[in-house]
Amino acid sequence: MTRVLPIEVHDLTVSYQKKPVLYGVDLEIQEGSLVGILGPNGAGKSTLVKTIMNMIRPNGGYVKIFGKDPKIGMKQIGYVPQRESVDWEFPVTVMDVVLMGRYGHLGWLSRVTKHDRQKASECLEQVNMLPYADRQIGNLSGGQQQRVFLARALAQESSVYLMDEPFAGVDAVTEKTIVSIMRNMKKEGKTLLVVHHDLSSAKEYFDQLLLLNMRKVAFGPTSKVYTHELLQKTYGGRLAVLSEMATEMAKSPELEL
Amino acid sequence: MNFFPVFDLNTIFLVPWSTDQLVQWNGQVILMGLLVCWTNGILGSFIVVRRMALMGDAISHGILPGLVISFLIFGSLEIGPMLIGACSAGLACSLCIEWLRSHTPIRQDASMAIVFTSFFAVGVTLINLQTDHLDLDTGCILYGEIGLTPLSPDLLFMGLNCGNRSICLMGAVCVFVLLIVSLSYRQLLLTSFDPTLAHSYGWPVKLIHLGLMFLLALSTVASMEAVGVILVVAMLVFPCVTASFFSERLPIILVITFPLGILYTFGGFHLAHWLDCSIAAAMAIAATIIFIIACALSPRGILLRLK
Repeated sequence: MTRVLPIEVHDLTVSYQKKPVLYGVDLEIQEGSLVGILGPNGAGKSTLVKTIMNMIRPNGGYVKIFGKDPKIGMKQIGYVPQRESVDWEFPVTVMDVVLMGRYGHLGWLSRVTKHDRQKASECLEQVNMLPYADRQIGNLSGGQQQRVFLARALAQESSVYLMDEPFAGVDAVTEKTIVSIMRNMKKEGKTLLVVHHDLSSAKEYFDQLLLLNMRKVAFGPTSKVYTHELLQKTYGGRLAVLSEMATEMAKSPELEL
Repeated sequence: MNFFPVFDLNTIFLVPWSTDQLVQWNGQVILMGLLVCWTNGILGSFIVVRRMALMGDAISHGILPGLVISFLIFGSLEIGPMLIGACSAGLACSLCIEWLRSHTPIRQDASMAIVFTSFFAVGVTLINLQTDHLDLDTGCILYGEIGLTPLSPDLLFMGLNCGNRSICLMGAVCVFVLLIVSLSYRQLLLTSFDPTLAHSYGWPVKLIHLGLMFLLALSTVASMEAVGVILVVAMLVFPCVTASFFSERLPIILVITFPLGILYTFGGFHLAHWLDCSIAAAMAIAATIIFIIACALSPRGILLRLK
């Protein structure tokens, strides 16, 4: 007997104005996986995330979350947005943002409780951001901003997490914090799907990789998927970039783009 | 001869409040001003943080033809028919903007400018075409005349005389808006800041947005007699923008809009008494002056940043 999959994608096709972005993608993600999604720009990474979140209606195929329609299932998904998509001038403090992670647990008219504040503080503590709780979010460094949104995701207490480029533009300390928290979450049995842009670090951060370029190129354990051949297939014409990166990788294992 | 009338403290500040009759008349004007400022200040704050200040401008101008057409059909300036006209025109306006944006190479800001100016022009023309057999004054709809609020007839509600009709309506709208905003503050906050997260909670993001637009149309229609469809934008945008010099938290910004409303109303009222101009315009000028002061001197203002 098999357990219900946290995320199941079957023959998914999504197109923007008749131009296909995702084509016939099948995906079965087991509970407790830590999956990195890799692919060149415009490969449909964010589209895949948005379709799972039920923000884009697929043209064909389906997504199921714990065996249910995404409309119902998405409530079990925690979400970390891409940093560029956030309005950093918005008049909210770090605490306000983390508390938003608790809204899903509240009734329509009920107020934020002491327990919610307690939980939010704990989550901020986990990412070492508690001293900044009263800061407006624009007055933080890029790494700190990303950690606030990670704390918000923790406060959601979801069982599945989707993260859109959590490592984009962050400092080394933040990168380490995020990785260790992701590993902890995995240990607690949570399922994580992370859109990632940095080839070199993908190998050490994720247990499983999804190589995406409109179609699913490969999906499986990192050791089997992270091969020159498959990466080349994914990144296609950007061979030069790839071999460049390979040389860089050989030189320094911690490459920052 | 001076360009400005003589600045005499007595005539400007004391004479308007010197007799019982004047106090009663001007008290109603001030009350109307406060209600307009508070309602629009609160709603406007959400419009501004949603980065829709221009949209607020567009909607308040774009509803004009709707107001005129519904006046032609129903023949009354009651809030009900006016609201129907305003909402349908507002909806048509945003549909046109959306269609232009998605079906033509025109960008959103340009399509907004095109749509709302054409709607506005159609509205003005309609009023002019109908002036022969219509009791509708362009000036009143465009600029409002808050000074004439006390002339509004008494409102009879279930046999009870509730007092001035305009003030009653504006008061009801104000209470309604405050009630909705305080009950669904979290929903408005999250759908403004991170609609994606709100969507993932299963909240009706689009419906909440439409609800806010409805409140915007409602408060624009109710404020129309007082400040007109042009200056209502000032009452929407200034409070939040000025308050954000003093606080970086939305709840506090919302609270600050109340004292700002009082400053705008009294400032505008007495300024109008000095310059003998439209009170609504003077209120907008008061708002501008306070904005400039806040911009320069507040804790987050320019002068302190330069240090």
